[in-house]
Amino acid sequence: MTIQILGLGILSWITFIPLLGMVAVLCMPKHAHVAMKWTAAVVTLVQVILAAVIYFNFNPTLSGINTLDGMQFVERLTWIDLQSNTSFGRIHIEYFLGIDGLSMPMVLLTALISFIAVFASWNIDKALKGYIAMLLLLDTGMMGVFVALDFFLFYVFWEVMLLPMYFLIGIWGGPRREYAAIKFFLYTLAGSVLMLLAMLALYFSVVVVDPATGEKIHTFNMLAMMNPANYEPNSLLAGIGTTMRAIAYLALFIGFAIKVPIFPFHTWLPDAHVEAPTAISVILAGVLLKMGTYGLLRISYPMFPEMAQQYVVPLAILAAINIIYGALCAMAQRDFKKLIAYSSISHMGIVLLGMCALNSQGMVGAVLQMFNHGTITAMLFLIVGVLYDRAHIRDLDAFGGLALTMPKYTGVTTVAFFAALGLPGLSGFISEAFSFLGAFQNESIRLITIISTVGIILTAAYMLWTLQRVFLGHPHEKWRSLPDVSPRELFTLVPLAVIVIVLGIYPSLMINFMASSLNHLVDIVVRGSIHTTVLQF
Amino acid sequence: MVTETILQQLVLFVPELILTGTFCLILLTGAFTKLRDYGTSTLTLIGSIAAFISVLPTIGVQKSLFAGMIAIDSFAVFFKLFSLVCLIGITLFSLHAGELKLVRTRSAEYYALLVAMTLGMFLMASATHLLMMVLAMELTSLSAYVLAGYTKEAADSSEASLKYILYGAVASGLLLYGISILYGLTGSLHYTTINHVLAVEPLSRVPLALVFVLLLVGFGFKISAVPFHSWTPDVYEGAPITITTFLSVASKAAGFAMLIRFFKLVCVNPVASVEAGYSIPLLPIDWQLLLAVLAVLTMTVGNLVALWQENLKRLLAYSSIAHAGYMLIGVVSFTDKGIASVLVYLVVYLFMNMGAFLVVMVVANKTGSEDIRTYRGLGSRSPFLAIAMTVFLISLTGIPPTAGFIGKLYLFAAALDAQWYWLAFLGVLNSVLALYYYVRIIRNMFLRESESAVPNISLTSGEVLLLGALLVPTLVFGIFFSPIVEIAQKSIVMLGVP
Repeated sequence: MTIQILGLGILSWITFIPLLGMVAVLCMPKHAHVAMKWTAAVVTLVQVILAAVIYFNFNPTLSGINTLDGMQFVERLTWIDLQSNTSFGRIHIEYFLGIDGLSMPMVLLTALISFIAVFASWNIDKALKGYIAMLLLLDTGMMGVFVALDFFLFYVFWEVMLLPMYFLIGIWGGPRREYAAIKFFLYTLAGSVLMLLAMLALYFSVVVVDPATGEKIHTFNMLAMMNPANYEPNSLLAGIGTTMRAIAYLALFIGFAIKVPIFPFHTWLPDAHVEAPTAISVILAGVLLKMGTYGLLRISYPMFPEMAQQYVVPLAILAAINIIYGALCAMAQRDFKKLIAYSSISHMGIVLLGMCALNSQGMVGAVLQMFNHGTITAMLFLIVGVLYDRAHIRDLDAFGGLALTMPKYTGVTTVAFFAALGLPGLSGFISEAFSFLGAFQNESIRLITIISTVGIILTAAYMLWTLQRVFLGHPHEKWRSLPDVSPRELFTLVPLAVIVIVLGIYPSLMINFMASSLNHLVDIVVRGSIHTTVLQF
Repeated sequence: MVTETILQQLVLFVPELILTGTFCLILLTGAFTKLRDYGTSTLTLIGSIAAFISVLPTIGVQKSLFAGMIAIDSFAVFFKLFSLVCLIGITLFSLHAGELKLVRTRSAEYYALLVAMTLGMFLMASATHLLMMVLAMELTSLSAYVLAGYTKEAADSSEASLKYILYGAVASGLLLYGISILYGLTGSLHYTTINHVLAVEPLSRVPLALVFVLLLVGFGFKISAVPFHSWTPDVYEGAPITITTFLSVASKAAGFAMLIRFFKLVCVNPVASVEAGYSIPLLPIDWQLLLAVLAVLTMTVGNLVALWQENLKRLLAYSSIAHAGYMLIGVVSFTDKGIASVLVYLVVYLFMNMGAFLVVMVVANKTGSEDIRTYRGLGSRSPFLAIAMTVFLISLTGIPPTAGFIGKLYLFAAALDAQWYWLAFLGVLNSVLALYYYVRIIRNMFLRESESAVPNISLTSGEVLLLGALLVPTLVFGIFFSPIVEIAQKSIVMLGVP
């Protein structure tokens, strides 16, 4: 399946259209605020439409992951091609895009969250031109990560996000924005340079033969890296279960773990979230965190299946720590935004636990949880933003009885909170249930799973307690005059609430599209299923 | 017979002759005519462009000239073109430099010495004889000593010059001492002959180790590797900024050329290397490990000290020390890939480092200060300048999609390929460390407001063009890097290396 618009594939469009928007915004006069906002809105709306086109043309039976024919909307061009000469091999880097059931939900999520983030930024006044430009650049980077199938390209997109994110937190953030921004930058760069080394090690180990000339070519092609037959004998990462492979797996893991973030690499997250403006928190929690788990599933698992199996227990322990520790930290917060930030850590732990299950239920639960957490957490941060915009404080204990003065706001909040704590009928329940079910089936991590379920109770506790503190009880005099949620704010919240409810009732809308790919991924990891892909240059 | 050969060989020596002619012409013009700044700088430009054109026919030539004194080969041609591009760039910089405007009357000396320095670099890159190497190095250094103190009215400029001379003299002295011992041991000053003697005769370790350390002091001084770097910050801070830029890019590159050629021709076992397909070290000491330690020290110390700097010139001085450390990673691996990666890095470094210095120069022209606090609010006062600086700094950090990333990628890839895993690991950690101080500048430009009402910095069209000329390659080579890689791969061909 390929769709082309003006000779360019749809994935290129969906990735680079924000960049076009950015160029347009940069060309506008400094004070054309309305035009800039609407450009961003239109560009991200187009992105959502393209994502919808992709969704409706997506073939759910194809599995992808490590097969080229299983990938959809593939675009493949030569980007860098250096012919070999004495003592230098041929260098071949491709512009290689494609999606499968693993990346499709993420593409949808990115388009949706970016669109909502634009509307959540409507009140930004300070240096709007720079803000919109950075937001759109960030959007391109995020989308690129989810559609790239060449490791080099993936890495470039991955890094392109750093600078815009630094500026978005650092310029438009809260009082401690400088500290939070540089902390985010340093943490993520530290992770990505380790990933860079692992990427180079993979590059030097993997060789594909050019069918035309019989020449051996090192490649950054991710699909080729997933095929053990392509590893050159005696190369760095050849063989199974070697120390070098363990080191490379660990390097990749740390790179991704920082992004998720997995304990003990999580300390940048509360700072970044608290200081970031609302829209950026939404993107950060909604999309950026998913890149970590996406990377683990797209790269670590299929390229190092034996390591993925071997390190299931340590990873599950980390997942349990994330779930319980994140929930406990959330419970201890008085700052509304920090509470949501820690709840993200807890919920991402459930994704990890689902991944550790190494079976269909767990994997589906994990990826669905990635999508659901993206929508639910985006709602939660928007909700915090609504309150903060009005009251200019986020201290939970300062509020009370808001249900009386802001009924609509309370209604939406309740949906989001109940979805976050996993109430049946809302999307969070399905994915959490699947993740825990899957993990429980895996005997090696059964005990850890049982312990982790404490997290569900803790989550319910802090969510309900927060609901009680902010919305119930006697209204404070001070907050009596707070206006209820505005139409613009409702416009950002309602679509997400609808998705949360619809996916809670009929999750097959999502599960059907990813099941085939994720089953195949489980196959690769557990049974070492190999589909040889003949690469053509 | 001999004279005839030399005359014939002069054909290949035309670029150097053109530079010599330019040097004399500028001096005479300065002494006897009223042409001052623009006249002499135009002469410099014409001379360097003529030299550039005359280098082009020697591409692909492999020949030893003047009884084995110098070699004409792709490797030398690369560095010749590199120094000329730097020279042209610096000449254009100089036209915009505020601090040079005060001393316009002496501009002939300034440009003449720049040309002389370039001539020295030409010879440094092509010397295949220890005596020639020392002479070339001295020519470069002596010109640099004077240039560092060129604005003698400024106290720190004179101080810089004096410090440079003192350190330089000690380094040359030690280098010469090492060379004399090596001569005593092997009986020759020709690289290939020394290599032959080393390969055939078993020499004892101790004197060789001594020779090696002494030579390393000389080379280390030139590329400002830790622990021979202590002159760098003071000289870079005190010297006129154009000279600082020239020293940090061209002079450093020539130092690397000299270093690489020496090790490649002298310290590698030619026969065994051909059989093995990669370079096999020859000396009975582990000079690769020694260089690796030097690389780690250089990048770590450079980065760590840069964290604390408030003066941008000094900060960039320490950053350039760190960059020498990264490049040493490529030298350590010593494969063809390693050397090619150093060349790739040098090209990238030329654009990004000159760019960063150019921004510092423009800001200093307008505000008279190089302090990091003057950069506060630059993002709103002069967006183009601030964005350009951001791109250069991001490139210096090594984040895609800038050329700096490609440079680092090649260096680390070469290290991994040659199985220097820990070196690559420490290298990437260092680039995270470096991020902090580069981002400090970005933070001041964009995240902080200027304290008082500071005027906007308006750029002249010349400055915009220069910035653009450095900015475009920094971005474009980050995405389409085939040209520089191809050039680098072709330029590792060295005379006498099979």
